[in-house]
Amino acid sequence: MKEKLYKLIFMVLAFASLLFLLGIVFILFKESLPIFSKVNIGKFIFGRFWYPTYSPPEFGILPLILASAWVTLGAILVCVPLGVGSALYLNELAGPKQRAILKPLVELLASVPSVVFGFFGMVIVTPFLQKVFNLPTGLTALNASLVLGVMATPTVCSIAEDALNYVPKSFREASFALGADRWQTLTQVVIPAAGSGISTAIILGMSRAIGETMTVLMVAGGAAVIPHTFLEPVRPMTAAIAAEMGEAPVGSSHYHALFAIALILFLVTFIFNIIAEIVSRRFRIKLGLSG
Amino acid sequence: MDKKIKMRTEGVNFFYGRTQALKNVDILIHANQVTALIGPSGCGKSTFIRLFNRMNELVSDTSLSGNIYLDDLEINSSQIDPVDIRKRVGMVFQKPNPFPKSIFDNISYGLRVNGVKDANFIEERVEASLKKAAIWDEVKNRLNDSALKLSGGQQQRLCIARCLAVDTEVILFDEPCASLDPISTAKIEELILELKKDYTIVIVTHNMQQAARVSDYTGFFLLGELIEFGKTQDIFTAPQDKRTEAYITGRFG
Amino acid sequence: MKRKYIQNLGFGGLFLCMFATLFFLGLIIFFVGARGAKVISWEFLTQIPRCSMTQGGVAPAIVGTLYITLGAILFSLPLGVACAIYLCEYSPKGFMVNIIRISINNLAGVPSVVFGLFGLAVFVKFFGFGVSILSGSLTLGILALPLIISSTQEALLAVPQSIREASLSLGATKWETIKRIVLPAALPGILTGVILSIGRVAGETAPILFTAAAFYMRGYPKSVFSEVMALPYHIYALMTEGVHPDRQMAIAYGCSFILLFLVLSISGIAIIIRQKQRIQHG
Repeated sequence: MKEKLYKLIFMVLAFASLLFLLGIVFILFKESLPIFSKVNIGKFIFGRFWYPTYSPPEFGILPLILASAWVTLGAILVCVPLGVGSALYLNELAGPKQRAILKPLVELLASVPSVVFGFFGMVIVTPFLQKVFNLPTGLTALNASLVLGVMATPTVCSIAEDALNYVPKSFREASFALGADRWQTLTQVVIPAAGSGISTAIILGMSRAIGETMTVLMVAGGAAVIPHTFLEPVRPMTAAIAAEMGEAPVGSSHYHALFAIALILFLVTFIFNIIAEIVSRRFRIKLGLSG
Repeated sequence: MDKKIKMRTEGVNFFYGRTQALKNVDILIHANQVTALIGPSGCGKSTFIRLFNRMNELVSDTSLSGNIYLDDLEINSSQIDPVDIRKRVGMVFQKPNPFPKSIFDNISYGLRVNGVKDANFIEERVEASLKKAAIWDEVKNRLNDSALKLSGGQQQRLCIARCLAVDTEVILFDEPCASLDPISTAKIEELILELKKDYTIVIVTHNMQQAARVSDYTGFFLLGELIEFGKTQDIFTAPQDKRTEAYITGRFG
Repeated sequence: MKRKYIQNLGFGGLFLCMFATLFFLGLIIFFVGARGAKVISWEFLTQIPRCSMTQGGVAPAIVGTLYITLGAILFSLPLGVACAIYLCEYSPKGFMVNIIRISINNLAGVPSVVFGLFGLAVFVKFFGFGVSILSGSLTLGILALPLIISSTQEALLAVPQSIREASLSLGATKWETIKRIVLPAALPGILTGVILSIGRVAGETAPILFTAAAFYMRGYPKSVFSEVMALPYHIYALMTEGVHPDRQMAIAYGCSFILLFLVLSISGIAIIIRQKQRIQHG
C-alpha cells in the first residue's frame, strides 16, 4: 500500500512540467485573446505601425516580427559557422587533452548571463560599431546580431558536437581505407552522416536567439520601425515585451497586445523545438541509435 | 537421500512481449541440494531462475502462466508480495554487484530494510554471514572500507554473504563465476558445497564442468524447454535425450 | 599537393572558429574583469546604494539575488528530482510518459521573457503575491525545472541496474531501493545539476523583470512578499534608467564583475565535477 502511495506521489509530481507548460499556454491565450476583439488578427500581425500608447493606439507588430527575424538571421550567420566550426574542431582536430580544456571553456561561455552579454554589447561593441560604420548610434540590429550570435554559439557547438560523436568510427575508417584524406572524410562522410544532428543544433540555436530577451533589449536600439538595413536600431518582439510590460496597465489593450506577442513568440519557439525533436529522432534512427 | 522438495514449478510458460521464452517447464528443486541449470546461451535458463524470486517482474511487457511453489506456497499469487518471497529466496548475480557503501553496510543492508534495528544483533549477524561466506578473515579489519575496493572474487563472496545475512532459505546463483578468474571460481564452488548444508541452492551455469563438480541435480534447457532433468551423475554419464548428449559432449553450445 | 593544401586551409578555418568562440569569452572576462575589479571594494560589497545609485554599494542586490536563487532551487529541486525519479525508476514506457518528456523538452525551450509574463499573470496577479521574492522565485523555479530534471535523470541512469536488482533481491521494496541505494549513488550527479541550475538562475533577468525586481530599495527585504533588488536587473537598470549615466556605468561594471564572478565560478565548479564524474563512469 505504502509503495503504491509513493508511486502515486511521484506520478503526480511528474506531471508538474506538463501542468506548467499547459499553464503557460492557457495564460498566453487567455490574456491575449481580448486584443483580437479590438484588432483583427491579420492587422495585428501584418500591421506596419506599433504605437501602443498613442490615442487611438496602433497595434501592428510587423516591425517587431521583422526585427526578430533580422536579428535572428544575423545571429545565425555568426553562430552557425562559429558553433559548427568549433564542434568540428573539437571532434576532429583537438586531442583528448586539448578537448578536456576547450569543452569546459565552451560550456563556461554558455553560462555567462545574458544581461552581461547585453552590458558587454552596450559598453564595448556599441562604440566600436559607431566608429567603424560612422553611425549616429551603435545600438543596431547588427550589434544585437553579433552579441546574440556569440551567445548562441555554445548551444550550437555542444549539440553539434554530440551529433558528431554519434557518427560511428567505422564510417571514418572505411573512408580512410579508400584513400580519402582527413578533410575529404570530414566533408564527405562525417558531416553528411551527422547532418540532421547538426541541423538540430542550428534549429535550437535559432530558437535560443529568437527567445533571447535581455541582450536585444539592451543593444538592439529599440526603434519599433520596419528595418531596412542591419545598421538601424530595431525592436525585436522579446525586447518590446520586456520594455513595455512595466508601463502597460494590467488589463489594458497594450497589456493584452504584449501577451499576444508572447503567444506568437511561444508558438514560434514551440514549432522550432518540435522540428528539432523530429529531426533529431530521425537522426538517431538513421544511425541506428534508440529513438 | 533427502527427498524433501523445496521449490517446484508446474507448467510454466513465460513470454517477453509475444516471444515465448519458456515452454511448459516442470521442475523439482530438492531441499539442501545443489541443482544446476545448464544449456546454451539464450536457452531461457537465466529467465527461468529469475522466476523463483519474481525478479522478472522488473522487466516490462512480460507474462507468465503456470505455478511456482516455495514449500507449499504458490508464489505468483496476486495476494503475495514479491518482497516477502525475495526475503526467503536470495540471489547472487552474474557480475558482482556490491552497493557503493562500506563492507559492513552492504551486509547489514538486508537486515535494515527488513526492519532490524538492534545494533548488537546486526553486528553479530554481519560477522556470522561473512564467516559463512569464507571472507571474514580477508575483511575483518576493514569493515568500513568501501566494498568497491575488493577484488572481483571477494566482491562476489561479499554478495553471497549479503544474501546469507537475511533469513534466506534458497539461494539462486545466476552464473556467479562468469566474470571471475579460476582461483576465485574455485573458492566460490567450495563455498557452494559448504552452503548446501543449510540452504537449498540453484545455480545457472554455462560451464558444464562446474555443474558436474558442484551439483546434485542437473536440468538441461534448450530453446526454452527443459529437455532433461535428473541426478547430475545420470545426466552426465547416461543422458536419455540425444540433444542432451550432444550438448554435454560439446557438439554445440 | 592541391589536396593537402585544401585540407590545411580547411583545418585552419576550423581552428579559427574555435579560437574566435573562446576569444569572445576571453574578451568579456577581460573587459568586465579589468574595469569591474577597480570598482570592487569592501564598501561596494557591503553597503546599500547612496546618492541616486552613484555611490555606496550594491549589497541589497547581492543579497536579493541569493534569496531569489535560493527560493527558486527550493521550489524546483524536490519537484524536479521527484519527476526524474518517476521517469527513470517507476514509469513503464507509455503514452503519458512521452507526453511528460515532450513537455519537459518544450518547457526548456520557452523564452525566458514568457516565463516572466506567466509569473506576472499567475503569481503576481492571480495568487496575489505581488511583485515579490516569492513570485520571482516561483517563476525562476519553473525555468530551472527542466534543467534539474534532465541532470537528475542523467545521474539516475548512471546508477547501474545491477545494484537495484541486488537490493530488490534482498527483500527491499522499490521505495527502499530508491531511497537507500539509488539516490545516494546518484547524489553527486544530482548536486552537480543543482549547482549548474543555480548558476543559470542567478543570472536570469527577464523572468524577474515584472515579478520580483526593484531598481532601488532603502534596505534589505523584510519578507518573501517584499520586492527585492537583484544583480542582473540592477545592471540592466543602471544602464537604461537613472539620471547619471556616466557614474552609473562604473557601478554597472562592478555589478557585472560580481555577477560574472559568481556565475562563472559556480558553473566552473559544476562543470569540473561533472567532467570528473563522467571520466569515472567511463
